[in-house]
Amino acid sequence: MLKPTAIVGQLILYGAFAAFIGYFSTSPKYRQIPDDIALIKLSISHLGDRECRKRTPEELAKLPPNMRAPMECPRERSDIRLEVDFDGQPAFRTVMHPTGLYKDGVSTVYKRFELKAGKHRVAVRMNDNLIKPGFNFSKEAEITLVPGQVMVIDFNPDRGGLFFK
Amino acid sequence: MSFHAVLRNGVKSVFLRFEEALDTPFGGDDNPLRHLGALGLYLLWIVVGSGLYLYAVLDTGIDAVYRSIGELSSEQWYLGGILRSLHRYASDGFMLVMLLHLVREWCYGRYHGFRRYSWMTGVPLLWLAYLAGIGGYWIVWDQLAQLSATATTELLDWLPIFSEPSARNFMAPDSINDRFFTMLVFLHLGVPLLLILGLWAHVHRISHVDYLPSRRAMLATLATLLVLSLLKPALSNPPANLARVPGAIGLDWFILFIHPLTDLSSPALIWTLLFGLTALLFALPVLPRPRPQPVAVVDAANCTGCDRCLADCPYAAISMAPHPRRPGLQLAVVDADLCAACGICAGACPSSTPFRRQETLTTGIDMPQQPVNALREQLEQALAQCSGLRTIVVFSCTRGADASALAAADTAVIPLLCTGMLPPAFVEYALRGGADGVFVSTCRHGGCDFRLGDRWTSERLLGQREPHLRKTVPASRLQLYPAAARDSSTLADALAEFRARLETVSGDRLPPYQRKAP
Repeated sequence: MLKPTAIVGQLILYGAFAAFIGYFSTSPKYRQIPDDIALIKLSISHLGDRECRKRTPEELAKLPPNMRAPMECPRERSDIRLEVDFDGQPAFRTVMHPTGLYKDGVSTVYKRFELKAGKHRVAVRMNDNLIKPGFNFSKEAEITLVPGQVMVIDFNPDRGGLFFK
Repeated sequence: MSFHAVLRNGVKSVFLRFEEALDTPFGGDDNPLRHLGALGLYLLWIVVGSGLYLYAVLDTGIDAVYRSIGELSSEQWYLGGILRSLHRYASDGFMLVMLLHLVREWCYGRYHGFRRYSWMTGVPLLWLAYLAGIGGYWIVWDQLAQLSATATTELLDWLPIFSEPSARNFMAPDSINDRFFTMLVFLHLGVPLLLILGLWAHVHRISHVDYLPSRRAMLATLATLLVLSLLKPALSNPPANLARVPGAIGLDWFILFIHPLTDLSSPALIWTLLFGLTALLFALPVLPRPRPQPVAVVDAANCTGCDRCLADCPYAAISMAPHPRRPGLQLAVVDADLCAACGICAGACPSSTPFRRQETLTTGIDMPQQPVNALREQLEQALAQCSGLRTIVVFSCTRGADASALAAADTAVIPLLCTGMLPPAFVEYALRGGADGVFVSTCRHGGCDFRLGDRWTSERLLGQREPHLRKTVPASRLQLYPAAARDSSTLADALAEFRARLETVSGDRLPPYQRKAP
């Protein structure tokens, strides 16, 4: 039979256990970004371009009939150069490399930027074939970010290349 | 002394103080710190039981999952709501208990030798537990789920394991679909199943496993969690919206602490910490450690194949095999890798009785570092040297309270590897050899370094377990006293009290017995 002091002691200790679990299961509250900040997520997954060559009729004739593809393309994909500016200032510069042992996979980038809520000028430029100079894709726009907003910079060739969402 | 040893001893000292302090209100059987493994398993069963109900009523789908869980708390608070809260709080309790269990076993140095297997199989369970816990929060698909899913995938993407960033799955509201939740539910079922399988592996090399804590501890724990569930029910946050970052949010710090930690530091640092800590935990058993003690040795000529050592061994180190020379009989076989060198088997062996007339007492299973024959010689010598009105023989555990200070002209102190190695017949032998009383100082209940030494000693001496102390031995002349390492002063008081009690006892002396002719 438990002594009354032991019962009281157990009640206190089980209560402390419950209080500890109850408190730290939801407290203290956590805020990932400050109140007046918005988030821009740059996330691009794209297959770099490659230089293909048209086969000559002689070359095609030498191939077995079932392998006479008119274009000869290397397996390897080009690196992709990407630049991001916020309000005219360079914010991010990178060269994305293709994945895969044979460098034939997609090139990817994922990055978060925290910006003060308000108006910003966002410019993104991308070159997916580094043999050619300059940038073959670009997007520039003035955006208004509200606190806590998540804006995504993505790329989809079917949607005209770079886009903001 | 190495830094690791200093740190371990420091933490052990703190842990011991708490553990022993909790003995006062709880007693050894109900003390949660002495049964962390069993308590963890019990909390896991609460998680599993409540989770089965939640799984049955859950609708998988982006909106349906949030609605169906929310309705549990709002429209079925008396069942679904309570079970949901129990699921959360028992999970948090499980994490807490699991970490305390890890710290306790580490600071007590229980990770090498025969315990290496349990330690090694326990480390992956940490990963599985957190994996299951984090995944569980995603299912609700509220803002907390959104925060965790985004933060976890961003952390995972630092590792070169995905060809595309997995965080792309949580870029915008239209990035995820209903199938995601179906997969999530299966993952949240599969990982805990793996955890349970891992737990089976974790304990399957020890015997007499405490799968559950005492009934009183179970009821009290369940009542505590129920009260907490009623006072502070687990509720969903606002629904997830991937177009916005969640604001201030109530985070479960037991499970999701890794997200703020990543935000404060970097994914590189977090992975270095996680992999480094895991590697360190795996490496602990091979770090410099005390030299292993000699293991139990079986003497085929004296082993009767009774299998009492098999029944009592706390670490399943003994198996029975056909006796090589006695057809139809069995022989105990010791697995040296599993043997803890506690001597509990020697205490269980019926051949360990000191009343045998052999000049050299050879028992069926014995400890090379403290053979039963040496114990008998030590006892006989001590009895011969003892003088005084009330002579007492003290058998003490070397891992419990230090009894050496009790030695006096009328008090013989015989330290044992573990009191579980004391064959009960030695008590009668001491009394018939001239002692007025026998005082056995075990570890505190639930505090035995070899898990079961104090329990087997009590049960054998109280006649509840074989080999038992004969009923003809007067109970008044035997005192069992549980004492931890810091209980030396109370041990002295208990001995003085026993001596005083012996002065009031008369007329129940056993007939003298002398193995050798005087």
